[in-house]
Amino acid sequence: MGNQQFLADKIRTQEYHLNMGPQHPATHGVMRMVLKLDGEEIRDVEPVMGYIHRSIEKMSEHITYKQIIHLTDRLDYLSSHQNNEAVALLVEKATGIEVNDRIKVIRTIMSELSRIASHQLWWAVMGMDTGALTTFFYGFRDRELINDIFEETCGSRLTMNYSVIGGVRYDLHENFVKRVKDFIVHFRKKLPEYDQLLSNNVIFRKRTEGIGILTKEQVIAFGMNGPTARASGFVCDIRKKIPYSAYDRVHFEEIMATEGDAFARYKVRILEMWESMRIIEQLIDDIPEGEFKVKTKAVIKLPAGEHLQRVETARGDFGVYAISDGKKNPFRLKFRSPSFANMHGLNKMSEGTKIADLVVNFSTIDVVVPDIDR
Amino acid sequence: MSYFGDIASATKTLISGMKITGRYFFVNFFTRKEIITVEYPDNIDTLKMFDRFRGEIVMYHDENNQHRCDACTMCEIACPNGSIEIIWDKAINEETGKPKKFLEEHIYHLEMCTMCGLCIEACPADAIMWGQNFHHATQDRSHLTKSLNQPGSSFIPGYKNPKK
Ligand code: SF4
Ligand code: SF4
Repeated sequence: MGNQQFLADKIRTQEYHLNMGPQHPATHGVMRMVLKLDGEEIRDVEPVMGYIHRSIEKMSEHITYKQIIHLTDRLDYLSSHQNNEAVALLVEKATGIEVNDRIKVIRTIMSELSRIASHQLWWAVMGMDTGALTTFFYGFRDRELINDIFEETCGSRLTMNYSVIGGVRYDLHENFVKRVKDFIVHFRKKLPEYDQLLSNNVIFRKRTEGIGILTKEQVIAFGMNGPTARASGFVCDIRKKIPYSAYDRVHFEEIMATEGDAFARYKVRILEMWESMRIIEQLIDDIPEGEFKVKTKAVIKLPAGEHLQRVETARGDFGVYAISDGKKNPFRLKFRSPSFANMHGLNKMSEGTKIADLVVNFSTIDVVVPDIDR
Repeated sequence: MSYFGDIASATKTLISGMKITGRYFFVNFFTRKEIITVEYPDNIDTLKMFDRFRGEIVMYHDENNQHRCDACTMCEIACPNGSIEIIWDKAINEETGKPKKFLEEHIYHLEMCTMCGLCIEACPADAIMWGQNFHHATQDRSHLTKSLNQPGSSFIPGYKNPKK
């Protein structure tokens, strides 16, 4: 102790700045964080965004509503189905297009499959960020089955552009129901392995429990949402609060936790995968008959005024807000992306923790960088 | 928990995790049942994409090298990013004696295409469709600008599109 005191007196120490990213494996994309450090302890995190800004909102002002949908794939590419659905629902609500039950059920099943796929990928990467490479392969192995389902029905694996105004682009493939059922049987066996491999591991627990605590008040103040906010006890599931598509007819729990630490955020997502499987199981057996796309006008114009639609993506509350002046393209369009809102909590979470904990915290808020930059 | 207690429980959970990885390793080593990875270029002969796979846009040509595109430019209008350019001209139709549009070249910029499918949906004559080729990698960007109508091809005479 005496020696340390001696050194502290003799050696001048100061806070310093360190860049993390924009090309860093732990930032999950092109994002820069300016860290203010005292030794290894974090004093301040300042995310610098905009490295992959593509001005999607501005681009949307010049194209028709039909064309906007394919740009939303490129926001949060892991929830592309829910993003498509948000724009489709917005236009349908504003112009009074009624879709039938079949379309609603198909959209709900697809959304929940996307949610599982997104959480699988997050789990895979979360393990990798904490130093467990095996999870990466296991997560991708199971996600592959969902990607196959998407590819067979929608034609593409990631940017699906499947929900269109007035329905869905293609009818379900004849193998769809069988493949989804096979997947659920498979994944119900594999999900307990996730717990055995990572959740119960003492090393992983030590790295996540009690790290990056956010209280409910802080979460609300930062405007955070989705699984990240639910881990702090903030009830914010859009599927429950403002049900859309077929969510009003299925039974599911809104997964909540109260601890607000990194492990709570982890736990919420794992349990959400169980709930998503429950939702799919309730719907998959009797998908109603009917058209997969209702007839719409060739040129779709929104009535003048403001329009808003919110959906729950895998990351939280995704909102589309459009101001229309009655033309075939919006006067102004704004996407309220969950990743951007969740990003605000990172600084508070990381105060006084170590650099290695920042990686864990960043991983548990599960941001997708193109969703932040838009 | 004590220092050594921590080490003991960490070892225990590590072993329980390694049971899974070990099982996959040994079971698959001997039975090869659950192996899902494939060596990509080796399976190229048997590799078949799903029917709806979106690889590129191609134009349907029948056995006489004739296509259904009457240069209506609907696909060009529908495309959100200008990946399609239609070059057309007018010629006197022998039957009716009136000038009629015909397709000179259907230019498709694969490098800009986002595979959204709006052009295929917009085409009233089903002249274009999805192709399943995905070997698009090339050294030069200009290789990706394609002409969809084959050289020397012509419009199917008198083709009436069923949807119109
Ligand atoms: S698929 Fe979409 S981006 Fe590609 S050419 Fe057709 S309309 Fe344009
Ligand atoms: S491909 Fe179809 S939409 Fe495009 S110009 Fe030809 S007929 Fe018209």
